[in-house]
Amino acid sequence: MQNNLLSGLKEHENKLLTIWSQLLIDGGSDDGAVEEEESKEFASLFLKAAAAAEGKIQDSQEFEKVEDLIVGIASSRGKRGFSPRENAQYLITFKEAASKILSELIKDPEQLFDANLQLNAALDNMTILTFEAFMRGREDIISRQVDEISEISTPVITVWEGVVALPIIGTLDSSRTQIVMENLLQQIVDTGSSIAILDISGVPAVDSLVAQHLIKTVSATRLMGAECIISGIRPEIAQTVVHLGIDLTGIITKASLASALKTAFDMLQLSVVKRKIV
Amino acid sequence: MERIPILKMGDFLLVTIQVDLYDQLAENLESDLINTISKHSSKGVLIDISAVSIIDSFMGRILGNIAVMSKIMDAQTVVVGMQPAVAITLVELGLSLNGVISALNVEKGMDLLRSKMQISDNEEQDYDDDIE
Repeated sequence: MQNNLLSGLKEHENKLLTIWSQLLIDGGSDDGAVEEEESKEFASLFLKAAAAAEGKIQDSQEFEKVEDLIVGIASSRGKRGFSPRENAQYLITFKEAASKILSELIKDPEQLFDANLQLNAALDNMTILTFEAFMRGREDIISRQVDEISEISTPVITVWEGVVALPIIGTLDSSRTQIVMENLLQQIVDTGSSIAILDISGVPAVDSLVAQHLIKTVSATRLMGAECIISGIRPEIAQTVVHLGIDLTGIITKASLASALKTAFDMLQLSVVKRKIV
Repeated sequence: MERIPILKMGDFLLVTIQVDLYDQLAENLESDLINTISKHSSKGVLIDISAVSIIDSFMGRILGNIAVMSKIMDAQTVVVGMQPAVAITLVELGLSLNGVISALNVEKGMDLLRSKMQISDNEEQDYDDDIE
């Protein structure tokens, strides 16, 4: 039966905290890195779990609370701009402090080794958790930004009565094309426009997939009963399209938004004339 | 048996589909419509699908068939009021309904049919002129 080697730490909580914060400061973390409240809470929870555990600390119920706490600490530190390295350092110095105290408490080398092993296993696991929490925090931010970008990046502009334009900026992928298509079609219905201009001058490159998406958008617009003009085709895009062997002949393409608008006016039988000064 | 009403408006036939189409209903519509075209020798067919929220590949094909059949019977088909979601579905299914002319709403569809009629009238006129 393995007796609880780490329970002895509980009585030396204050000493542990002192050594820990000293180590953190020595380790080059600025003073702000040692969050007194956080650290105290963590240390006391961890020591409580260690004292309550029978056998492995990781299996105890108390330990789950410690894990939750460290995940919370790691993600809040991540938001405040701490690097994952600093987070890991935070736990590693705690381990160092705990080992120091253990070596004072336990004299038998074999027992000391066991105790250290237990401590290592528990804290290493938590270090991994801090990394995971940090990554998750970052991924949340990224996915939120992706959502925001796709929301703001598909504005449909009414340029004239019966003519809507949609400038596309940035790379087109499947999910974005879907949003572009839905927005454009919805806007056509809402405004009753019979001509839609798709301006791709802000699209850096066109591959066969993007071209396929464009063709789909044009077909869908036609099915709705509106005509779609693609404008802003840059020379390099024209070259790629031809090299890829994509057939855009059924689609009205114009070099610039201005010429697309002119074509739209022609289709609506409108003409722009310069006023004569009498 | 349930049927979709076909209304005659001068030279045109007006079909407004107010319910979601199921296969049998669509097939009946197809044959009814072709018979009505032949009965009134109509020049144009306007199908309003603004209330239809789901179109599958079968229904897409029926629409295409109607367009081709009416074309053979010398009537132009215009499909009006297609919902964006329906248009996207049809494109994803690879059905671009090439024979079908679309318009945004009934009003624009009527204008389109009238302009088509005028063009064909003029052609006939030209043809007559040539003979004389």
